[in-house]
Amino acid sequence: MTVEFRELRRSFGGTVALDGLSLKIEQGELIALLGPSGCGKTTALRCVAGFERPDTGAVFIDGADVTRVPANRRDAGMVFQSYSLFPNLNVRDNVAFGLRVRRRPTSERHDRAAELLELVGLGGFGERYPHQLSGGQQQRVALARALALQPKVLLLDEPLSALDAKVRVSLREEIRRLQLELGITTIFVTHDQEEALSVADRVAVLKSGRLEQVGSPAEVYDRPSTPFVAEFVGTMNHLPGRVTGSTVEVFGQILPLDGTAPGEEVDVLVRPEAVRVTPSEDGHGFILASSFRGSIARLRVQLDGGGEVLADVPGHEAVRLAPGLKVDVTLVERPVLTAERTAVAAPVEPVG
Amino acid sequence: MSALVKNRRRGGGAGWLAAAPLLAVTLIAFGIPVAVLVIGAFSVEDGGLGFDNLSATMREPYIGSLWSSVKLSGVVAVLGAILGAFLAQAVLTSRSGLLREAVLTASGVLSNFGGVPLAFIWIATLGNSGVVTAALGLGAGALYNFWGLALVYLYFSVPLMVLVIAPALDGLKPQWREAAQNSGASTWQFWRMVGIPVLGPSLLGGGVLLFGGAFAAYATAAAMVGASVPLVTLQIADALTGNVLIGYENVALALSLDMIVIALLVMAVYLPLQKRSSRWLA
Repeated sequence: MTVEFRELRRSFGGTVALDGLSLKIEQGELIALLGPSGCGKTTALRCVAGFERPDTGAVFIDGADVTRVPANRRDAGMVFQSYSLFPNLNVRDNVAFGLRVRRRPTSERHDRAAELLELVGLGGFGERYPHQLSGGQQQRVALARALALQPKVLLLDEPLSALDAKVRVSLREEIRRLQLELGITTIFVTHDQEEALSVADRVAVLKSGRLEQVGSPAEVYDRPSTPFVAEFVGTMNHLPGRVTGSTVEVFGQILPLDGTAPGEEVDVLVRPEAVRVTPSEDGHGFILASSFRGSIARLRVQLDGGGEVLADVPGHEAVRLAPGLKVDVTLVERPVLTAERTAVAAPVEPVG
Repeated sequence: MSALVKNRRRGGGAGWLAAAPLLAVTLIAFGIPVAVLVIGAFSVEDGGLGFDNLSATMREPYIGSLWSSVKLSGVVAVLGAILGAFLAQAVLTSRSGLLREAVLTASGVLSNFGGVPLAFIWIATLGNSGVVTAALGLGAGALYNFWGLALVYLYFSVPLMVLVIAPALDGLKPQWREAAQNSGASTWQFWRMVGIPVLGPSLLGGGVLLFGGAFAAYATAAAMVGASVPLVTLQIADALTGNVLIGYENVALALSLDMIVIALLVMAVYLPLQKRSSRWLA
């Protein structure tokens, strides 16, 4: 089943949540709607679920306009951000709630609930109540409940944001496994770029109710189409540069421009992994801080001319590249994006 | 581990010590009167102990007034709980902060409005010569019966229910309703399968509170209906003051004991349910 947003607009008082959003999600695809708070991603999802009605524009599910269809008649299963299990029902009855509403026989309800609980790895939990489950288990039950009616579309509204880091990673992998197994078209709303990049077939980045870029995770990360996407997805250094024709000079290096520059004096956007750091007595900076992250170490380098730059180096080099060491900083030669010059060029994410 | 246990024990002891003044006040304010009441209820004329007084409360006119009080309290509890819950839900879902504040503040005031002043405003409004009675040409005596008294009791019971049920209604997560809708449920199905069961203990708790308030009310009834509606509180007052017959003070204490037993029975239903509800709505 496909889902399509066509020119969706929705305002709340004077606040524009959706500003002409158009996007088509293909059959069996998992798309992540990614963006900061207030970018309209949840509003878009709620328009599919039927909890919000757009001011203008339309939502199509499998080619049918469902914009005016009430929420309880749409074929879309939803998992909410906060645990939304019914506290008065046990796990089995929560999962089978939709079937009970449709007056299916008890045996069918119980069989289906058991099957789905097995699917989400909670086989023996049917008799427990929500308050007897952990957050991760509750979200698994919510996922099973959303799938109980075999919906055309699965809607996930920041389902992992209330969970701790470890559970979040395991559950997002589980969600992806289930989605691939069932082949269900899925919209996953998140503000966590790592989450979006790791589970989605495509990532749609939203800003102020508009689509900034949609593409595969690699495409969005490696070739961001706007400075906003470049900064929002991953960590980005802002380095002062001077544009000459189709190239830009930064740290004395000449790099090709990706797209057009907003002026002559610009910020060059460079990811930490595109920054090389080599120890040098005559280097033009020194390591201010180092944060070991397992496979990599993130260094914060203070430049002699002012400003700082973040650099990712292999984790095993963390000992050698210790704080206080004089270093040279160079950039990997590849086309770079530019943005308007900011007052103080600085990386967007601290070390640590 | 043992140090932790020791600390906990010490903490527990300190906790009891801190609560000692409250416990002392409770003992003096409630314990001693109950003890006096129990002793009096079981004291018979020859100076010994027996069940004569309690037996007397099980006969007319006392049993009738006890039953009448239970009926009146039951009616007030049921109607007050329903009306109060609907009013609270309407106000909380109105999305008007001002209306919410106004209604909750008014409820706080009106729920404490009772006694003779309450009787007086109703007499002045719907009594035999009341303003509304005269304006609408209503017949005399409309207020001075069982249902008139129930109406007056609802005047403070409905606001009390609004105050009691509002936090519980606030505790109903909007996501539950949306999750139910998402599973295909209509509004009624949501309330039947989720909303009312979740709120049930709180509704019952509010009802118990209203029952207790109406069951124990005295001054309003005394000022309004006198002996025309037999109520246990009026009977107790008559027996204690020797208004009709003298020497029935211990029967009054036995009637009070009956009231305590009825209140305890109602509380026994309410408390476990309330515990469950608070867990759901936390």
